[in-house]
Amino acid sequence: MEILVCVRRVPDTSENEIELNSAGNDIERDDLVYSINEPDNYAVEEALQIASRVGGNVTVATVGGEDDEEILRREMAMGANHGVLITDEAFSGSDGRGIATILKAFVQKGSYDIILTGVQAEDGGAQVGGMLAALLDYPFASLVNSIEILDGKKLKISREIEGGNKEISEIDLPCVLSIQTGINEPRYVGMKGIRQVASIPIPTFDVSNLGLDPSGVGEAAAKVKRVDYFIPTLGKGAEILHGSREENIDKVLELVAAKGGLK
Amino acid sequence: MEGIQSVAEVTSWLVTGRELFLIIHILGVLCFAYIVAKRLVPLVRVQSDLRFDHPLVRLGRVLKFWLGQWKHPRYRTAGTIHILIFAGFILLAMRAFTVLIVGVSENFVMPGLSGRAGEIYNTITDYAATIVFLCMLIAVIRRLVFKPARYAVPARFGKAHTADAIFLLALIAILMVADSLFAAAKAAAQSQQGQPLEVLAVFSLPWILQSALASTALPTLGRVYFGAYLLHEVTFYFLLCYRPFGIQFHVETSLFNVYFAKLDREILKPVRWGVSDDHLDQVKSFGVKTFEDFTWKHILDFYSCADCGRCSDNCPANAVGRPLSPRFITIKARDYAFQHYPVLGRANNGTPLVGREESGSIYSEDEIWSCTTCGACEEECPLLVEYIDKIVDLRRGLIDDGNVPQSLQKPLKALESRGNPYGKMEKKKADWTKAKDFQQTCDVKVLNGNGADTLYFVDSITSYDDRMQSIGRATAKILTHVGENFGILGAAEKDSGHEVRRFGEETLFMALRDHNVDAIKASGVKRIVTADPHAYNALKHDYKDVPPVEHISQVIAKEVKAGNIKFNPVENADSVYAYHDSCYLGRHNQIYDDPRDVLDAIPGLKRVEMARSRDRSFCCGGGGLMLFYEPKEDQRMGVKRVQMAAQAGANVIVTACPFCMVNIEDAIKVAGMEGKMTAIDLAELVDQQIVRGVEVSNSLLDNKSSCHPEQSEGSAVLANSSKTADSSLRSE
Repeated sequence: MEILVCVRRVPDTSENEIELNSAGNDIERDDLVYSINEPDNYAVEEALQIASRVGGNVTVATVGGEDDEEILRREMAMGANHGVLITDEAFSGSDGRGIATILKAFVQKGSYDIILTGVQAEDGGAQVGGMLAALLDYPFASLVNSIEILDGKKLKISREIEGGNKEISEIDLPCVLSIQTGINEPRYVGMKGIRQVASIPIPTFDVSNLGLDPSGVGEAAAKVKRVDYFIPTLGKGAEILHGSREENIDKVLELVAAKGGLK
Repeated sequence: MEGIQSVAEVTSWLVTGRELFLIIHILGVLCFAYIVAKRLVPLVRVQSDLRFDHPLVRLGRVLKFWLGQWKHPRYRTAGTIHILIFAGFILLAMRAFTVLIVGVSENFVMPGLSGRAGEIYNTITDYAATIVFLCMLIAVIRRLVFKPARYAVPARFGKAHTADAIFLLALIAILMVADSLFAAAKAAAQSQQGQPLEVLAVFSLPWILQSALASTALPTLGRVYFGAYLLHEVTFYFLLCYRPFGIQFHVETSLFNVYFAKLDREILKPVRWGVSDDHLDQVKSFGVKTFEDFTWKHILDFYSCADCGRCSDNCPANAVGRPLSPRFITIKARDYAFQHYPVLGRANNGTPLVGREESGSIYSEDEIWSCTTCGACEEECPLLVEYIDKIVDLRRGLIDDGNVPQSLQKPLKALESRGNPYGKMEKKKADWTKAKDFQQTCDVKVLNGNGADTLYFVDSITSYDDRMQSIGRATAKILTHVGENFGILGAAEKDSGHEVRRFGEETLFMALRDHNVDAIKASGVKRIVTADPHAYNALKHDYKDVPPVEHISQVIAKEVKAGNIKFNPVENADSVYAYHDSCYLGRHNQIYDDPRDVLDAIPGLKRVEMARSRDRSFCCGGGGLMLFYEPKEDQRMGVKRVQMAAQAGANVIVTACPFCMVNIEDAIKVAGMEGKMTAIDLAELVDQQIVRGVEVSNSLLDNKSSCHPEQSEGSAVLANSSKTADSSLRSE
């Protein structure tokens, strides 16, 4: 089973205090630390588990720059067989469709049975997986929280639907799946593992060796553009507590009790 | 000797006693040698361990812990029984040897034990055999009737060990009876024939048996004499060859186990002995994953365990129902060793040691993550069996394979990218110094080679946790008060990595350590002070080439003694204080008295000791990464600890560790004891009680510090308080 996992590097929400920059069109990026988009990490773990069950290779790929090599190495330390960096000046400013177009070109360079993405990027909109499937004309399933291999040609997958019920589907290979967190427990990647893959060369792909038309990707081709970035203003009913931790706890209890949430 | 034949001369079934016993000797010794050789196989196959240094120190420890049975009196009854048995065995060794030789050479006498010396020795050993016999009876009764809880085997660890224990005790009892009967029959025969008597010690087991045999006919006596000898011979060799299959193997191994025991217990075992940090990258697999990853000393530990249960009896994880029981870490490994390296046949294929039960592994992951490395088990073990190194090595193996609980992955990742487990920004590390009221009175400088003498190493929790920042501020105020020219590293300080290392993430630990060592060296300080025992332990034992480090309680104790710190009397007369020894200040660094001396110097402070204190202190629940781990347990360790304080009659628990504070304060709430029990850190208490008067600051005029002691207390209070101090010391 050849599995491709499309991953992305994002600011780590648990280790950053996200603030707007002075221009108000982006977040302050000076002191940020980055990590792999968490749902993508689950996707890689799932790919590794499938490969260890039925055999095969796991490739992780990302569209980005040199800095993004960091997450490829982390996933390689986790056990991925190959890491691929898809990078070109012409890619910058791509919208979701642009990224899907780039990935489609990469997918067609190889032969993959399963293509996984995380359910969504922590700084994105869950667009790429579906668009990639459509561009490839592959079947697509989103929010997948379990995968079972049937006879090598089909998968049995499930997703949680509203209300906590599980929906089970069969899907033909090759296919694209977006993976929900909680599908597994990703293994830990220690510093030692990352060091051990530190010197493995990571192949890169660009516009020319993917055979892409530069005018179809990048900022110029983007039809979705970010125009603003803001922290919502306080609406009615929202209240920020400013007391000490103890005071806040008491206040929260009081508020919840007042609304009938505590009996 | 005419009355009864010597055992060597007796002829029955066509062989003489001499021939028979020679055969038993040879078979017995060969059998024992074969079994021991098989037991030694894994020791030479597994990892190396450098334990051959400091022979004199090691011999000294053999005298103390082996011959001197140093740890045994910690358990009064069992300890006393053991000391008697041990002493009996030591005394009886030569007698047993003589008796064995007599079977083939009837006139053998141990050199130096003829004549008067021999009589004295015989008298002593008559009593020794009696005492050992009685001890066996008592031990059997304890096992059957009193059943001390620590001997019980929880269902998840298999069947009770009682039958095996009693079987072994019975064998020793039989050995003592046979030995005594042998001497008694001979003496009875001599007495009947009016021969010069070998006098038996009055009221000893041989003496009693002799009295019983006094009127037995000579031929019968002869048969008893021979029978007793044969029984002794067979029992002796059976026991010798059976011991290596169970808990009594410690009779043979304990001497070596104590000799090779770890000398520097605070220092964790390296990933691989003989591989320096720089070459660790070449080590493919870290930690213990299979049995062969243990070191030979670890295997010797497994062989040496006497199954006494003292480790688990003191283990806080075991006490609150976590899956860990140190006793079974050893027993399970020993049973596995016996099955993996059988006496008959070749070593079979091993299985991974940690994992799910169906995989055949002997430990569960939860078992291995449950340990707080508090050291209570090691403190207690009479045989000096080591646990922390093994737990850490097993964790290193889990980390290396990526088997880390999800709850620990986030903090580990944050430690890697941000240098603290909370994922807080580096630039906010010194924010605790900027609290409004505090900064006006105490300006803590961030060091950048600006010539401070002392570094206050704050560490993550005290820097970032709202509650613990108060300990940091109290510490800074105390250092200021005593005129210390100090500063902090601020953003340049990363987590000490103490728990990172103890959770098995050695590579990450080394990165944190190397970063901090560079930062400390760049600061140019001459000494380090910290209020966090975990940081203290890391800086003192895990780091190399850093200036000497002191815990704040040591600094305070010294300054109190020097008269630079005076205390106001405690205000609330109803407060009863109990000091809680943190594991890494107490057991791991033997700092027991300094914090207590400080408390006792506070006038009017009533202090009680908890039943578990000093080296028997009970862990609060663990620090560092343990705060993130979600254990399976029935109860929190902290809750148990708070209840212990209440039992001691205390209503204030004094801690000297920020992690203890987290756990104890949480536990007070969980136990529903808010209002009845409070917790305060030693530094906070000292800061609160310190006399900041004119006279004190006068003596510190050359104080380079930029802080201004609060002038709230006057000199009258100072004079007053020293008087109260005297009277309170007396009343204590």
